[in-house]
Amino acid sequence: MDSDGGKGGIPSHILRRHCKRSRLSKKLFTSEDHFSTVLKNRFKFDTNLQIAAHGLSDEQKEFQKMAFDFAAHEMSPHMAEWDEKEIFPVETMRKAAQLGFGGIYVQPEVGGSGLSRLDTSVIFEALSTGCVSTTAYISIHNMCNWMIDTFGNTEQREKFCPELCTMDKFASYCLTEPGSGSDAASLLTTAKLEGDHYILNGSKAFISGGGDTDVYIVMCRTGGKGPKGISCVVVEKDTPGLSFGKKEKKVGWNSQPTRAVILEDCHVPVTNRLGQEGQGFNIAMRGLNGGRINIASCSLGAAHACVQLARDHLLVRKQFGEALSNNQFLQFKLAEMATKLVASRLLLREAAVALQESRSDAVSLCSMAKLFVTDECFNICNQALQMHGGYGYLKDYAVQQFVRDIRVHQILEGTNEVMRMIIARSLLSESG
Amino acid sequence: MSRVLVGVKRVIDYAVKIRVKPDQSGVVTDGVKHSMNPFCEIAVEEAVKLKEKKFIKEVVAVSCGPSQVTETIRTALAMGCDRGIHVEVSGKDYEAMGPLQISKIFAALAKKEEASLVILGKQAIDDDCNQTGQMTAALLDWPQGTFASEVTIDGETVKVVREIDGGLETIKISMPAVLTADLRLNTPRYATLPNIMKAKKKKIANMKPADLGVDMVSRVEVLRVDEPPTRLAGVKVETVDDLVAKLKANGTI
Repeated sequence: MDSDGGKGGIPSHILRRHCKRSRLSKKLFTSEDHFSTVLKNRFKFDTNLQIAAHGLSDEQKEFQKMAFDFAAHEMSPHMAEWDEKEIFPVETMRKAAQLGFGGIYVQPEVGGSGLSRLDTSVIFEALSTGCVSTTAYISIHNMCNWMIDTFGNTEQREKFCPELCTMDKFASYCLTEPGSGSDAASLLTTAKLEGDHYILNGSKAFISGGGDTDVYIVMCRTGGKGPKGISCVVVEKDTPGLSFGKKEKKVGWNSQPTRAVILEDCHVPVTNRLGQEGQGFNIAMRGLNGGRINIASCSLGAAHACVQLARDHLLVRKQFGEALSNNQFLQFKLAEMATKLVASRLLLREAAVALQESRSDAVSLCSMAKLFVTDECFNICNQALQMHGGYGYLKDYAVQQFVRDIRVHQILEGTNEVMRMIIARSLLSESG
Repeated sequence: MSRVLVGVKRVIDYAVKIRVKPDQSGVVTDGVKHSMNPFCEIAVEEAVKLKEKKFIKEVVAVSCGPSQVTETIRTALAMGCDRGIHVEVSGKDYEAMGPLQISKIFAALAKKEEASLVILGKQAIDDDCNQTGQMTAALLDWPQGTFASEVTIDGETVKVVREIDGGLETIKISMPAVLTADLRLNTPRYATLPNIMKAKKKKIANMKPADLGVDMVSRVEVLRVDEPPTRLAGVKVETVDDLVAKLKANGTI
């Protein structure tokens, strides 16, 4: 609606109470449809939101408020259309970048916002209430941006980070291959050193943003077998030898394109390698710790939204002569959903703090948080759909999109089974 | 060309369902989400825009109320105001506070801060008074440009396009002046993450109405607050003839 970074506006029925009823005034009101859509998706702020703000600093509450506003005005009204038409909302994401969302935990000297992991989690949780899929992509973009910021040298940081922070350029994270998902360290994409270039050969699967993004962080094999033979290189769009598979048709996450990334004798300058040869796997995993917090935050936002939606529906829908909210089973179910939501949020925020403080239990906590939060929040959203009855199954109602969108969070960035592997390994190791 | 005072009011968020207190003395505010009055947001945006266009040097955000209003001042700072003033009013004084007291405070502050403009929202969405701007101008004996949908500064005068019942009216007033913002004046910006962080370092001064020589005694006593009558269920009729018959039967026509 606006190109200057402004808000969508206040619903017309509220404003009409406050504005003169002139014929000219009515003509000047912008379209009814936009406002009524905003209102349909607008969440009534209440105890649920107060709990989400508990324990946050004044500054974090400001970030959260601003992110909720952005989600409600700029994302929520379009969430269904982006899903149905598979639109990659570049303009909206650039608006978000103008507010600092392109490099939330990237250093300010290269254009980032320099915030903490907890700040980031709070922000993604709020944005996700507007559109899970778009927020999830923004979080992947942030992860890639951080990897260059943290492991890149000065030239690389100055070349890539500023444009990623403004989202003039978009990024993709390329680790998974057709033959290596959970067993990521067995990846086969090779990178042979020839003079001052690596020649990359191989293919990556399920790459978010693939084909529409500009900067690809590719994990490839420069050395021997296993994790120590893997390096991390930045491949730029339009490099000869870089091509893409067909756009995948997915159950959710439809506002981001997913494609295979194909590398055929793709020449990448050695100066595009992040860190040392053999450091790539470590870089990839360090990126994922934060990525897991972010994805779990997106699940949390979806669950927050769904608890509100379910609550509102129970208050309105009547059967057997009274509102569903009088039904004890549904009351108890809603209470369980809200309880699990708060428990999830607390675990996630603890993991975020552990990560930003580089605590020794950070990796384990991030895995625990990702596992618990994505599972519990999916159940919450699924329950919310059930509470809507038949209406929950219709695309007119937002709850089904939250369910479809967060289902994949239990799978990517490390399956929840792999999360259990990481936690068990930490528990059973001699130093654990 | 120096300073603009902007008033920001902390009100119950527009999306909240309002409930009347059981004792009918007012509405429930405890635990209810509050935010900046939407018309105050528009006022802040206009002031910040004027500063960006270099018509003014400094924007001061002012709010009156208990400690919670500092949140509202912080939001104004995050949108681009330079500093804030918190006029502390609490308890019974706060509950009874209305446009008369606020306008006296703003008039005193405008003189103290040597402001060239005072920009307020045209009204607050809780009391819908639409009086504070006008009263402030009267107390200062300054010209007023109310219901502004367009503001242009030209040297020592301001051209204001006002929204009125018949359409739009354009006036030219000299500064210093009081302006009140209407809906279409601008679209308020989101605070950016860097600005929210910068806002933390900006100063908010504290003062009491007494420091400005303002007495907060109210001339208005609220007797009772009632909810509007519940909307009765409608009746569906089959044909136009039925409709006419029913309207005749209940005396409407």
